[in-house]
Amino acid sequence: MKFTEEHEWLRSEDDVVVIGITEHATTQLGDLVFVELPEVGTTVTKDDEIVVIESVKAASDILAPIDGEIVEVNEALTDNPAMVNEDPLGDGWFVKIAPSDPTQIEGYMTEAAYQAFIA
Amino acid sequence: MSDPLHTPLYDLHLELGARMVPFAGYALPVQFPMGVMKEHSHTREKAGLFDVSHMGQVIVRGTDYAAAATALERLIPVDVLGLGPDRQRYGFLTDDAGGVLDDLMLSNRGDHVFVVVNGACKAADIAHMTAAMPDVTVTEITDRALLALQGPRAEAVLAALNPDSAAMRFMDVRSLDLAGAACWVSRSGYTGEDGFEISVPADQAVDLARALLAHADVEPIGLGARDSLRLEAGLCLYGHDMDRGTTPVEAALSWAIQKVRRSGGARAGGFPGADTILSQIQTGTDRVRVGLLPTGRAPMREGVELFATEEDTAPIGTITSGGFGPTVGAPIAMGYVAKQYANIGTTIYGALRGKRLPVEVAKIPFTPAKFKR
Repeated sequence: MKFTEEHEWLRSEDDVVVIGITEHATTQLGDLVFVELPEVGTTVTKDDEIVVIESVKAASDILAPIDGEIVEVNEALTDNPAMVNEDPLGDGWFVKIAPSDPTQIEGYMTEAAYQAFIA
Repeated sequence: MSDPLHTPLYDLHLELGARMVPFAGYALPVQFPMGVMKEHSHTREKAGLFDVSHMGQVIVRGTDYAAAATALERLIPVDVLGLGPDRQRYGFLTDDAGGVLDDLMLSNRGDHVFVVVNGACKAADIAHMTAAMPDVTVTEITDRALLALQGPRAEAVLAALNPDSAAMRFMDVRSLDLAGAACWVSRSGYTGEDGFEISVPADQAVDLARALLAHADVEPIGLGARDSLRLEAGLCLYGHDMDRGTTPVEAALSWAIQKVRRSGGARAGGFPGADTILSQIQTGTDRVRVGLLPTGRAPMREGVELFATEEDTAPIGTITSGGFGPTVGAPIAMGYVAKQYANIGTTIYGALRGKRLPVEVAKIPFTPAKFKR
């Protein structure tokens, strides 16, 4: 699993990369009340806004950490945004991207580096 | 900015795991470990304890109650003189243009008026009152904290500390001994729930807070849930839902201006901006504050512009407070719209992230008031 400075996590599963936000991010954001997901099939470039999330406090954008195509989105979050708070690394994932360049993910932090980053 | 001030409960907030934020010049808890959503629901279902010690507590004293009340009526368009002993009422300070300088609570405490004003406005309010009322004394009370206990279990919780509290009705005020402290208690609040606001000597505030929190039904509640609770209750937040740029009539607060202060009343006018405000009560205003329900799931927050159609380029209003209503289970908002769009059920559109999303003008409060009248 890899981590970005924007508090996203990336996990390779077969040919796709699953993307979510860290527990640290959910703690900072507070309870999520709204998630807007992209359409499956969208081609994205690193740093494109792919997901809008809103907590009780404010709206935030989730940026694409890698280039690729959105191949699946976690529709369950639309009706139950709180799932992100409850299980940020598991059922609270946002999207799956088929990466254009499978090595792009290697540029991100390891879990140890991320823990040091947020410490 | 100077460092935020601490309320008497500051250390207790840290001990309870609060996340602190600067607010109105004070460090205050925005949320506790329970989180905003659960704090909100807990207050609606049981009881929440709020630290509102940042608010200004002011005593206005003249030769008697009538003298203090008469002086205040020169600044406030409500019936202060006719307020009965041990009763409280809502009001606001206005300026010469009819704008709202602050909103406040007024209590008849027998021989004086006790006034509670917003924390962010208190210095200006006190300077204004002092300058404009040389015939009375205006004294800020700086040695007392202010707590609010809100929710359906508040009555039982407070009655366990002093059974006399249960006899109070909505907007009654009383001096009560609570956990050994000489408190000034009103049956009021800012959540739409039954509850109490308690002025307590600063050096006894922590003991009282601990005594209240010791009850299984009471949890500490932060500013986050305070905001969502008041928004569901349709209550204005000064500086957002009204300010010097809005009159009380535009803010849909005419109900707080009693007949005796209106045109034809025994003490009509005589407050700043009376000409504007009293004529607006007769003729209405071009825009008015309304409740708004975004029909989708996306919250619409302060600053979102409102339009009559999906295509129009000229806005017909703006959202002044908005977010997610945990009890409503949907986004809720308040804002100002041109009067022709103010009827309940009218569909208008909010501009959000480049899209026009439908919003329905709705009645407020969004959740029914549970006051013990």
